[in-house]
Amino acid sequence: MADSAIILDRRKASLSKFERHFATRDRTVVRRIVITAGVSFFLLFIVLPLIAVFVEAFRRGAGVYFAALVDADALSAMRLTLLAAAIAVPLNLLFGLAASWAIAKFEFRGKSLLLTLIDLPFSVSPVVAGLIYVLVFGAQGWFGTWLMDHDIRIIFAVPGIVLATLFVTFPFVARELIPLMQAQGRDEEEAAITLGASGLQTFWRVTLPNVKWALLYGVILCNARAMGEFGAVSVVSGHIRGETNTMPLHVEILYNEYQFAAAFAVASLLAMLALVTLAIKSYIEWRASRQLFPETT
Amino acid sequence: MLFAKSHRVLPGFGLSLGFTLTYLALIVLVPLSSVFIKTSGMDFARFVDVVTSPRVVASYKLTFGASLIAALINSVFGLILAWALVRYTFPGRKLIDALVDLPFALPTAVAGISLTALYAPNGWLGQFLEPLGIKIAFGPAGVLVALIFIGLPFVVRTVQPVLEDLDVEFEEAAASLGASRFQTLMRVTIPALFPALLTGFSLAFARAVGEYGSVIFIAGNLPMVSEITPLLIITRLEEFDYQGATAIASVMLIFSFVLLLIVNGLQAWTSRRSGKGE
Amino acid sequence: MSIAVHNIHKSFGAIKVLNGVSLDFPKGELVALLGPSGCGKTTLLRIIAGLERADEGQIILSGTDASDKDVRERHVGFVFQHYALFRHMTVFENIAFGLRVRPRSERPSEKEITDRVLKLLDLVQLGWIKNRYPAQLSGGQRQRIALARALAVEPQVLLLDEPFGALDAKVRKELRRWLRRLHDELHISSIFVTHDQEEALEVADRVVLMNRGTIEQVGSPRQIYREPSTAFAYSFLGSVNEFRGKIEAQGVRVGTDLLPHVTTAFRAGDDVLGYARPYDIEITPGDTNAPGVAAKVNRILEAGVMARVELVANGPYRPAKPDYFEAELTAADLADLKLTVGQAVRITTRRLQLYSGVDRSVEV
Repeated sequence: MADSAIILDRRKASLSKFERHFATRDRTVVRRIVITAGVSFFLLFIVLPLIAVFVEAFRRGAGVYFAALVDADALSAMRLTLLAAAIAVPLNLLFGLAASWAIAKFEFRGKSLLLTLIDLPFSVSPVVAGLIYVLVFGAQGWFGTWLMDHDIRIIFAVPGIVLATLFVTFPFVARELIPLMQAQGRDEEEAAITLGASGLQTFWRVTLPNVKWALLYGVILCNARAMGEFGAVSVVSGHIRGETNTMPLHVEILYNEYQFAAAFAVASLLAMLALVTLAIKSYIEWRASRQLFPETT
Repeated sequence: MLFAKSHRVLPGFGLSLGFTLTYLALIVLVPLSSVFIKTSGMDFARFVDVVTSPRVVASYKLTFGASLIAALINSVFGLILAWALVRYTFPGRKLIDALVDLPFALPTAVAGISLTALYAPNGWLGQFLEPLGIKIAFGPAGVLVALIFIGLPFVVRTVQPVLEDLDVEFEEAAASLGASRFQTLMRVTIPALFPALLTGFSLAFARAVGEYGSVIFIAGNLPMVSEITPLLIITRLEEFDYQGATAIASVMLIFSFVLLLIVNGLQAWTSRRSGKGE
Repeated sequence: MSIAVHNIHKSFGAIKVLNGVSLDFPKGELVALLGPSGCGKTTLLRIIAGLERADEGQIILSGTDASDKDVRERHVGFVFQHYALFRHMTVFENIAFGLRVRPRSERPSEKEITDRVLKLLDLVQLGWIKNRYPAQLSGGQRQRIALARALAVEPQVLLLDEPFGALDAKVRKELRRWLRRLHDELHISSIFVTHDQEEALEVADRVVLMNRGTIEQVGSPRQIYREPSTAFAYSFLGSVNEFRGKIEAQGVRVGTDLLPHVTTAFRAGDDVLGYARPYDIEITPGDTNAPGVAAKVNRILEAGVMARVELVANGPYRPAKPDYFEAELTAADLADLKLTVGQAVRITTRRLQLYSGVDRSVEV
C-alpha cells in the first residue's frame, strides 16, 4: 500500500500543473485527439524530413557516402564554412556583449529604435541580404571601381561570404542577452561597484557569470545559422568550386548534378550539426532552469 | 537622437554604445540603404513597370499567398502542438519539445532537398499521392509544404511560454462560475493566448515571405506558376539586371519593415496586456 | 563619519524628485528617511552613496566635499532593497567579494579574508549557511547576508534602502530589533529608507520625514509622533480624524456644528483643518444641544484591549457624502457609555491640532 502511494505521488509530481487541477484537466478523448493531431503533424513535417536526409544519404551505401565527404571540393567547402563561422560568430558575440551592456545597463533616448534595428536582419530575406553587398561591393556597386583598381575581390570571393554570414547572424547573441540582462537589472553591478570593484572586474566577475548560459545559447544558434546559411551566401558566392562554395552551396551543386546520394551525404553532416545544436540547446535550457530554481538542500 | 547623461555609475557606456552603433551601421544600415539609394536613382515609371510586370506580380501572389496559408496552418497546428506539449504528459514529449526548433537549426538547403525527396512524384510520399492526382513537389503546393516546415517553430515557441504561464486559477474561476470546459476554452484561454498566437503567425508569415533555400528545390520554379519573389531577384541578378533586382528587393524590404513594425507593436501590446512591460 | 547634504536638487526628465534638500546626519546615529513612495527618499540615499549624481548641491562626508567623488572612493556600505546578492556566488564568496576585488597591494591574504568573512557570518548569526547560494536562502537570511557583505569592506557609513521592505511581517519585526542591536554594537553611522512609519519610529535615533522631494520634519521619533509640525506629518504618522471648518471665538465651526477649541494661532474666520487622533475623540451620547459634531454610531469593534467606535456624520461640510470618524477608548469606558449602533451622539476632541485650511499638501 505504502509503495503504491509513493508511486502515485511520483506520477503526480511528473504531471503538468494543468493535469493536477480538476478545472484544467481535459477529458481523455480530448487529450488523445489533441496529442494525436499535434504529434502526427510534427512527425509528418519535422521528423520525416530529418529521417529522409539520413536514409537518402546511405541509399548508395557507405562507400559512396564517405567518398562524398572526403571529396576535395567537399573538404574545401567544409573549410570555408568553418572559416566563415569562425569569423562571424566571435564578431557577433562581441557585438552582442556591447549592445546588451549598453541597452540593459543604461538609460538613453532612442533605445527602442535601436532594439528594432538590431532585429532588422531577421526580417530581411536572405536573398536581399546578399544583394545589398553586391550593390555596395559588386563590380557595378559603390566601391566596385575602386576595389577593382586595387585588385580587391569581395563579391564572388571569401570576404563577401563572410559579410553575408555576418549580416544574417547579426542579432543572435544580442537577442539572447538583452532581455536577460534587462531582467537582471543593474543591482548586482551597482553592489559590486559599491564594494570597490572596477568596471572590468564587475563585468568579468558579476555580469558575465550571470549570463553565461544565455551567451552560450546565442553562440550555438548563431553558429548553426552561420554554417547553414544558404540564400545570402548563394548570392555573393559566385559558386566557384573548391574556392567559394560553402557546405550548403556544395549540397546544391551536387543535387543539381543529380548526385543525390552525395548531396544527401553532405547534407547529413549539416543535419548532424543541427541535432548537436539542439542537444546543446536543450542541455543549456535544463542548466539554466536549474540555476533559476535550485533545490533547497 | 542618442545622448548620454554626464554621470553614470557603471562604466563603459560610451564604448559599448559606440561600438554597437558603428557595427550596426557598417554591417546592416549602410548596406541596406544601398537598396533604396539604388532604387531612388531609377525612373519612377520604369520602377512601377518592373515591380508590376506580370511575372513579378505572379511571384508576389505565390509568395504572399503561400506564406499566408502556411502561417494559418502553422497557427492551428502550432497551437495544438504547444497545447499538447504544455498541458499533457505523454511519452516522447521532451524529445518533441527539443526537436521543435529543428527548422531553426537545419540549414534550409538541407530541408529543401529532403522535402523534395519526400514529395517528388517518385518520392517517399509522392509515389502514393501521384496516383490520387495530388501533385506536391514542383508546383505551388511544394512551396506551401516548405513554408510550413520553416514556420512551425515560430508559432509553437511564441505560444508555448504564454500557455505555460497561464494561471490555473483563471480556468478554476471560470469553472466555479459555471462555465463548461469548452466555454472556458473559447472565452478565457484562447483570448489570453490570442496576442501570442497573432505574434507567432506574423513571425511565421514574415519568415516565409523571405524564404529561399528550402523552397527553390521543391518549387519547380516555373515562371508565372511556382516562382517565388526571392528567386526572381536572383534571376534578375544573374541577368545582370541590377536595377530590376533592386526594385523588387525594395518592395520586399518595405514589406518586411511594415511587418517588423506590426510584430513589435503586437509584442508591446502582448506584454502590456499581460502586465509585464511597464 | 558625519554626513551632510546641502541644497540637493534632482530631476528625472520632467519629474522633480528632490527639491532643495539639506540635512545633517550626526556621527554614529541611526537615521530613518521616512516618506510615502515617490517622495525622493531612495534617490537621496543613492545620491549620498554616489549611485546617482545630484543636479545641484553638495554631499559632505567627514567635512569634505565628496560631490564629485566616485562611489568606490566614498567608503559607503550600501544594502539594496532586493539585496542584489550575486546569484552565481555562494554566501561566503558574496561576502568576500569586496575584499577580493581590491588591488593586489591592498588585498588581504586568503587567510585574512576567510577570517573576516567567518567573523561577519558570526555577527549576522548565519555561519552555518556559508556554502549556500542566494536562491537557497530565505528573505531574512538574504537581508542579513547583504548586510554582512556591505560591512566586509569596513565602510564609514551604512546605507540601507528599504531594508525590510520585501519581508513578511514576522521576520520584519525580528530583523528590526536585530538591526537596532547591531547598530548599538557597531555604532556605524547609518541611514535607512522606509515608507513604514512604525519601523522608522521604532528603530531610528532620528527620523527625517520627506514628502514630494522636500523635508517635512526632522526630529526624534517622539518629537515626530507627538509634535508633527505639518498637516502632512500628522496624517502620515497615524490614523486621524479630520475636521474642516472656520475659526470662531468658541471653537471651530464644522458645517452647522461647533467643535469647542481654544486657539491663538488662528484668527476668527480663518479656514482650518483640524486633526485629532482616535484616542483623543470624546463621545457624548444623546442628540443633545451639547457642543460637538453630530454623528451616529455606525459600528462598534470590541476585539482587543482598546475598543474602537466608528461614527458617521451625515456630511456637516460635505452634505452629499457621509464623513467617518474613529474613536479609540478602553473597554471599560465603552461599557460606561452604553452605546448602541445607530445611536445619535456628539463628538468632541481632547486634543485638536489645527493647520491652515488652505494647505493642500494633504491628500485625504
